[in-house]
Amino acid sequence: MNTVVASDTARPRALGRARWIGFVTILIREFQRIIRIWPQTILPSAVTATLYLVIFGSVIGRRIGTMDGIPYMLYIAPGLIMQAVIINSYNNVVSSFYGAKFGRHIEELLVSPLPSWIIVSGYVAGGVMRGAMVGVVVSAVWMFFTRLPVLHPTIIMAAAVLTSVTFSLGGFLNAMFARSFDQISIIPTFVLTPLIYFGGVFYSINTLPAWARHLSLVDPILYMVNSFRFGFLGVSDVGVWYAFAIMLVAVTVLFVAAVVLLDRSSGIRE
Amino acid sequence: MNALSIQGLTKVYGNGVQALKGIDLSVEEGDFFALLGPNGAGKTTLIGIVTSLVRKTSGHASIFGHDIDDALEQAKSCIGVVPQEINFNQFESPETIVVNQAGFYGIPRALARARAEQYLKQLQLWDKRKHASRALSGGMKRRLMIARALMHEPRLLILDEPTAGVDIEVRRSMWEFLRAINQRGTTIILTTHYLEEAESLCRNIAIIDRGQIIARDRMSNLLRRLHTETFVLTLRAALAQPPPLAGYPVQLVDEHTLEVEISTEQNVNDLFARLSALGIEVISLRNKVNRLEEIFIRLVEKGAAA
Repeated sequence: MNTVVASDTARPRALGRARWIGFVTILIREFQRIIRIWPQTILPSAVTATLYLVIFGSVIGRRIGTMDGIPYMLYIAPGLIMQAVIINSYNNVVSSFYGAKFGRHIEELLVSPLPSWIIVSGYVAGGVMRGAMVGVVVSAVWMFFTRLPVLHPTIIMAAAVLTSVTFSLGGFLNAMFARSFDQISIIPTFVLTPLIYFGGVFYSINTLPAWARHLSLVDPILYMVNSFRFGFLGVSDVGVWYAFAIMLVAVTVLFVAAVVLLDRSSGIRE
Repeated sequence: MNALSIQGLTKVYGNGVQALKGIDLSVEEGDFFALLGPNGAGKTTLIGIVTSLVRKTSGHASIFGHDIDDALEQAKSCIGVVPQEINFNQFESPETIVVNQAGFYGIPRALARARAEQYLKQLQLWDKRKHASRALSGGMKRRLMIARALMHEPRLLILDEPTAGVDIEVRRSMWEFLRAINQRGTTIILTTHYLEEAESLCRNIAIIDRGQIIARDRMSNLLRRLHTETFVLTLRAALAQPPPLAGYPVQLVDEHTLEVEISTEQNVNDLFARLSALGIEVISLRNKVNRLEEIFIRLVEKGAAA
């Protein structure tokens, strides 16, 4: 008996293939998990989207009229889709990685030859996959009831992917530091939700007084929601390329931080 | 080539506990090696460092020549590990667990499925392959971890208490399986509290105590260090008092059971001849305790006294 991999990994191409298989395996495992617990992973966002649609879009929206010249029901749609993407990307990685830490099956990956950047990438890809699945479901719900235009599909895709990667990485970092299940719910509840609600999901910051408008500009979610909204409706409170630059910086910084922390194994290895 | 080579390995935990105090150890390729020691001796720390789950404080370790500092990926590719604690996702099925584990080692999925069938069948888990693994018995969970560790066909298999809590029938079938794996060329390092297991399976042995190796020898050499052994004899006829056996310390446990201590200078033939001369018929003979257990206790007690 011998190991094909041990001898083969000396060759760069074989090493690259082994890493790719490892990455895909993490992604498959995340997919299996999402499907296995779909009432927790997919269903809640579909239900919440429908509730938002009925209450904010239909009941309250009619009284508000338009925002930036767009019917309110259409105006909030991209923000609410983005909210579902953000929350699901974050929650997928934080709960999956912390669950693996808690159940000790993270050791399956730690003893394997996969480098930290592949492990981080695999978990992040899992978060993006769930964000995309939920995003599609929520979009489908909205498009069933409204005629949501799609002006710039490439911008929509790019904004959704970068946002999803950013919050998947955020979830990874949260899980690395968490010592209890309480600690994986603190950030989503007390940081993420307020940032989303003040990030221009329900309103244009141009409707705010100057001080509130300036304050809103420090909220990173504002840039993500507005670039995404621009893709659908062609309106944005901020410069779209500026928004993409911020997202790229966020992705880079968080990815490096996640890989370095996993390499140092903070909170995982003794 | 050495499967495992360790020099000057130390580990000091954050709480100040020095778990390893400069360990030097080598295990030859193809060996079936026992690493024994009392609880807290440093066995799991040592295995943790080799498998990269614990960070060493100082020293060097290499697996088949791959240094864990310079060539960690290659070193890890050579190792399969069966940990002491259950550490798979208990919501996943055995088949999913082993196929995914192969993927983490770069094994293509089709090959992984074929190997999953091979190892799950060999370890009598094939019928349970689709069940949630949390529903498996303790013995099945242990076998699942062995199957998982073998999926990438490692050159070095490290088993940390693989048969803990497993009934004797399953344990013996696992021994046979491990012997066969070893005979096909896989080096095996085994830690266990069942010293009968180590004596039966392993050719070489190291005993670790308080973070230091206190003995490292061939199993047969180590067992020869035992100067006296106590045998338990079952007698056909009842005795009222111990028989007069000059030179042999004797104790009558009950009227049909005799304990006799024999040194390495004496022999069992002579003992039987004397018993026969006294008209005492022996119907069975066994060691009072496992020989390895006896020498293990003596070495550890000697270490504690020092």
